[in-house]
Amino acid sequence: MKEGMSLIVKTVARWVVGFIFLYGIYITAEGHLGPGGGFSGGIILACSYILILIAYGRRFASRNLDWRIARIMAGVAALSFLALAMLGMIFETGGNAHFFDNLIRKNLPGTAFHLFSGGNIPLLNLALAILVLASVFTAFVLLAAVRFWETRGKKFFSSLEDGP
Amino acid sequence: MPELLTLLLVFMIIAAILAIESEDLTSAVVSMGAVGFGLSVCFILLRAPEVALAQIVVEVVVLIVLLRGIVSVKPKTGPEKPDRTGLYLGVVLVGLLLVLSVYVAGEFPQLGEPSFARFPDSAGETYLKQGLALTGAANSVAAVLLDFRGLDSLGEVAVLFAALLGVMLLVRKNPRLEIKVEAESGPNGAPVEKGAAKVSEGEPK
Repeated sequence: MKEGMSLIVKTVARWVVGFIFLYGIYITAEGHLGPGGGFSGGIILACSYILILIAYGRRFASRNLDWRIARIMAGVAALSFLALAMLGMIFETGGNAHFFDNLIRKNLPGTAFHLFSGGNIPLLNLALAILVLASVFTAFVLLAAVRFWETRGKKFFSSLEDGP
Repeated sequence: MPELLTLLLVFMIIAAILAIESEDLTSAVVSMGAVGFGLSVCFILLRAPEVALAQIVVEVVVLIVLLRGIVSVKPKTGPEKPDRTGLYLGVVLVGLLLVLSVYVAGEFPQLGEPSFARFPDSAGETYLKQGLALTGAANSVAAVLLDFRGLDSLGEVAVLFAALLGVMLLVRKNPRLEIKVEAESGPNGAPVEKGAAKVSEGEPK
């Protein structure tokens, strides 16, 4: 494979990328218990994909996460954030229905300081992380496409448009 | 701790001036990274690990994007005698701001003193004292961001989504691009009605 960077970079990236991804999942999942949350976790997850993209080249990276799938992921995550927020408006409990009502916690109150607590706060964190991952990754791929368009011509972008 | 904070702020100011004044683009980007990492250390010293984590992570991504972007850019040499009027105006304005801020600085609470010690009925007291009982989230920052002030987070989601849409529009509505794609696939006999419809919108150069 001629794409990507040198063998040293590829090997180190192969070793490190799993740990970065795991750390992003950890930061996202414990966002309601400690420092972290959807924004930081999502950017760390996007960092792992950007590392693959830089080290291995675009063709290998699109087999891991294609940007056409990532843009659908971003839309679904943003819609699910809105749906979780409107859940408290639609199903009212006890006569007071309002936007961002923590409905899940009222029905399933977990133990405080445990992973399953906080109602829909972990779910909102998860939606936020997927949105940030997808949008940062898509923006990076597309801006790289523009730069390549200026330097290498139409071959790069037409391959982006037509699909693999 | 205020001495350490002052030292870090001076370091960040020097790095920011270096980032503006340096001739080499790579060293400018690295100086900008020094500003960002110094800021995240400041947040850690002020006991805000949540903000420090977000700052350091965003800084890494921005550095990667900038370093990736400046690889093929050749630096342009500036004009021989730059116009100094804006610099003098800026110095005067910053001095005025400093003089005014001396009067305000006495009103600030001490470092580490919560604001609801002075204003007992503020919302922050409720968020801190009853956040765990009201939301069930142990991290009060997450409780504020995603429960009490969830509407603000929804606005951030909308902004992020709009930014993504803007990038996609910026790339896909490039008229030059679609003319090239159409011209490439036209002579092969491929059906190009989509590309042909867009050619009429874009003006070829």
